[in-house]
Amino acid sequence: MTLLMAMTIGVLYACSLYLLQRRNVVKLVFGLLILSHAANLLIFTASGLVRGRTTIIEAGETVLPVDTAPDPLPQALILTAIVISFGVTAFTIVLVHRVNAVVGTDDLDDMRATDSAGKAADA
Amino acid sequence: MSALIVSPVLVPFVAAILCLLTRRSRRIQRVTNLVGAVALALCGGGLVALVTTSGVQSVQIGGWDAPVGVSFVVDRLSAGMVLITGIVALAIALYSVPMIDKRRELFGYYAMVNTLLMGVCGAFLTGDIFNLYVWFEVMLMSSFVLLALGGERPQLEGSIKYVTLNLLSSAIFLSAIGILYGLVGTLNMADLAVRVVQLDDSAKGMVSTLAVMFLVAFGIKAGVFPLFFWLPASYHTPPAPISALFAALLTKVGLYVILRVFTLIFVLDVPTTHTLILAAAGSSLIVGGLGAIAQNVLRRQLSFLIISSIGFALIGPGLMIGLGDRAYVDASAEVQAVVLLGLAGSIFYLFHTVLVKASLFILAGSIERWKGTDEIGRLGGLALERPWLSVMWAIAAFSLAGVPPLSGVFPKLALIGASFRGEHYGIAIVALVCSVLVLYAIARVWLEVFWKPSPDGEGGASERSRATASPAPAIVLSILIVAMGLGAGPVFSYCREAALGLLDPSDYIERVGVLDPGLDETEAQP
Repeated sequence: MTLLMAMTIGVLYACSLYLLQRRNVVKLVFGLLILSHAANLLIFTASGLVRGRTTIIEAGETVLPVDTAPDPLPQALILTAIVISFGVTAFTIVLVHRVNAVVGTDDLDDMRATDSAGKAADA
Repeated sequence: MSALIVSPVLVPFVAAILCLLTRRSRRIQRVTNLVGAVALALCGGGLVALVTTSGVQSVQIGGWDAPVGVSFVVDRLSAGMVLITGIVALAIALYSVPMIDKRRELFGYYAMVNTLLMGVCGAFLTGDIFNLYVWFEVMLMSSFVLLALGGERPQLEGSIKYVTLNLLSSAIFLSAIGILYGLVGTLNMADLAVRVVQLDDSAKGMVSTLAVMFLVAFGIKAGVFPLFFWLPASYHTPPAPISALFAALLTKVGLYVILRVFTLIFVLDVPTTHTLILAAAGSSLIVGGLGAIAQNVLRRQLSFLIISSIGFALIGPGLMIGLGDRAYVDASAEVQAVVLLGLAGSIFYLFHTVLVKASLFILAGSIERWKGTDEIGRLGGLALERPWLSVMWAIAAFSLAGVPPLSGVFPKLALIGASFRGEHYGIAIVALVCSVLVLYAIARVWLEVFWKPSPDGEGGASERSRATASPAPAIVLSILIVAMGLGAGPVFSYCREAALGLLDPSDYIERVGVLDPGLDETEAQP
């Protein structure tokens, strides 16, 4: 199971890095989205996978059995990270939409005004 | 007292909410922002007073004890950073009133400045590495909005690059946190410091890999070579107060975290990780210096000067390679002296560079308003037209170049002196060469912008634009830059104590309270 998860995470990272290197800004957004999924799954897997159990203390017990129950903390971390990536993704989509409206292109190579400002002054 | 420790987060938070509630009134927002900045500076002053009298202080959020709950910790380094942040916030608050246009003010500019300050102060104070990620995101989200607010074409293009690179760095940071938790089983930084030394050897190798991941993540945020390309592409695009805020604070948070985690947690394999830091420092110095010479736009040149100053501030942690495999407390007296001098120099440099960068960006914005352009070739004659602005520019710029008795010379002396004493001649020479490059870049600006007769005559900007070109908010920063130079003794001894607290974190760990009373005392020593 861990091996399968590790391979999934690896493929997700590879996909996102591939997408991040495309020139299309929409693919850039997808790349960032998949990257945050990959990181979340990594947190989930790295802290150890437990199948078929919940982090609920059994009736009559007072503590969680440390060796058999899954660790609740990574799940809390992932929830936080999901909320953050949700907000960031929403912002990025709006930004990309505005860029497309103002600049009139979705090609990153055409967005060079800020880099060429110095060069224009040189010429 | 615990209220004081969390106050640097609460004050901007409350100010941000008030600004959102009163977002239809520009006047109320301005006053709220100003009062918030004054309160933040006072909180910073209170924290500095607290740590100098009673040492490291911590508070556990939510009442859970340290390794479980989130700790807020204040030591000399974080208290100093909060104080400087408050002072910069005050200068920016004053500067925003004439410089920020009505549309931006009505669309949440002041609220976003305050959430940014909240994120910055949270990152300085937190003692939990996942919480640090959250504060980073708070800070980044506000900075995304501030950078894009207004929606002009260069702003949006700069934002795409800034957002992408920063999200990539956050993902690397988050992945590293996930693996670190899987490996060590804790997220509290003091607890991490205790537990990483107890790992077996194969796991320690993994910790070194994680250290490099953290270095890449924070290196992107701090703008070190070779991860800095987003910085000169975006920092000059928004209005001057936003540029000044970013230039003063954002990259310095990345630097602060490098100083923190590479003295507290990642000290297992100092020869590898800290050599990388030293190499990044050296290359940032050279690239920043050369880049600054090549630029012809004022704020773009200042962006490259940020990169070179980050190189300077990284020399201190880089010099920790002198420790080799030993902990600081076990090293010989000579090595201890070198490492301590270097790190104290870095901390002093960090404080100094925040003030200088804020001051230079504020003045550059005023020059742009006054002359209607920020191309160095088309500027001129400012020494006669605006003598006070010129004096303040001279103070900040020559402090950056390291002209005595201004604040920049003392940390540079400490860093270069420590490099020579530690026999790291390479980095010492690189730092000296970079100083010459920076001096050349600054002298060129001084001749072109201030002394050369103005090529356009008196013309250029409209009267209305000129009326808002007041550089007055930089006065307080200029006074502090001079004061830090003249009163370098007390400041340096404060930085020395701060560096000592970083190098020997047993007090930090003890005050956070992660140790079980039953644990053997020797285990507390990392």
